[in-house]
Amino acid sequence: MTIASQTFRASRRKPGFLAAALHRISGVALAIFLPLHFIALGTALSGADRLQSFLALTENPVVKVAEWGLVSALALHMALGMRVLAIEFLGMRDRTAVTVSFACAFGVAVGLVFLMSAA
Amino acid sequence: MSVEAATADIGAGRLVVRVWRGAANGAFQTFEVARRPNQTVLDVVTEIQREHDPSLAYRFACRVGMCGSCAMIVNGRPRWTCRTRVAKTGQDGVLTLEPLRNLPIVKDLAVDMEAFFTKWRDAKGFFEPGPAPADDFAVVKPDSPERRAADAGVECINCGVCYSACDVVSWNPDYLGPAALNRAWTLVNDVRDKGQKARMGAISGDVGCHSCHSHMSCTEFCPKSLGPTFAIAGLKRETAKRAWRRRS
Repeated sequence: MTIASQTFRASRRKPGFLAAALHRISGVALAIFLPLHFIALGTALSGADRLQSFLALTENPVVKVAEWGLVSALALHMALGMRVLAIEFLGMRDRTAVTVSFACAFGVAVGLVFLMSAA
Repeated sequence: MSVEAATADIGAGRLVVRVWRGAANGAFQTFEVARRPNQTVLDVVTEIQREHDPSLAYRFACRVGMCGSCAMIVNGRPRWTCRTRVAKTGQDGVLTLEPLRNLPIVKDLAVDMEAFFTKWRDAKGFFEPGPAPADDFAVVKPDSPERRAADAGVECINCGVCYSACDVVSWNPDYLGPAALNRAWTLVNDVRDKGQKARMGAISGDVGCHSCHSHMSCTEFCPKSLGPTFAIAGLKRETAKRAWRRRS
């Protein structure tokens, strides 16, 4: 049995598992981004020119795509986190598929808004 | 017999059954049995053992969904086999049967349930009456929130389906698992119980309720339609409440 078929075996093809997987992946992406973000901000300490030259990198299309990914990941992570909080602290029980779909739609929508505002 | 050769007979009202044989390093063996109306998966396993191979090991007792001993993985999903009709298993004409996941295989379809029950004990999943018997009967109103919360989880039959479906158990074998935590939650809501402090200690550690990722597989697959995810969420709320109270 391959790793993929084992990971996505029949008993895991459920909205709850999908939600947890997306939550984890977006969380890891954000965790990797944060130190880079602080480095970027840190360049301001050595003068406006350094920060400005670093910010020039963001004009690069590859960085733009990465930014879009990060914004989507942040929105998705937040929406899925709200779902977990609703289950754990509000005792929300039903409609797993609906809430997970809404969380994913929210992530995509925020990503699209970011793309449109960047264009 | 190969699966291909056997599936050619499906039209003749036959059922191809792939059964796990041996322990962890076993393999599938293919049998062919007759299709019968309203046949359950447990009926099929019993027919194989009686008519084809008496050495097949599996476990059952009541056959009516009460004892919780016949759970297996049926076509990739954990199920109680005595109340699962072959016609409802999804894959027409082919049945793949494996032992429950997350527990050591003894032989064929029988797993060693010891870890499952040990964790039940470790989660303090038993009633603690306290040092002296109560003076009088406790009055528990049927519509009180505590009674309702306990009612929601108290029908567990210990079948191990949730434990087998739980991803957290497969990642961390020490995790107490949905069934034990669900039982602990019913006792947290038992106003007569005097062992709450020890119970909260047992379920709030590294292997307790806070390790749950809310994948909800336990709730999806529970044959009794219980919601261990929500019982675990209740424990998370209760531990948070207690931590907050201690601080203020």
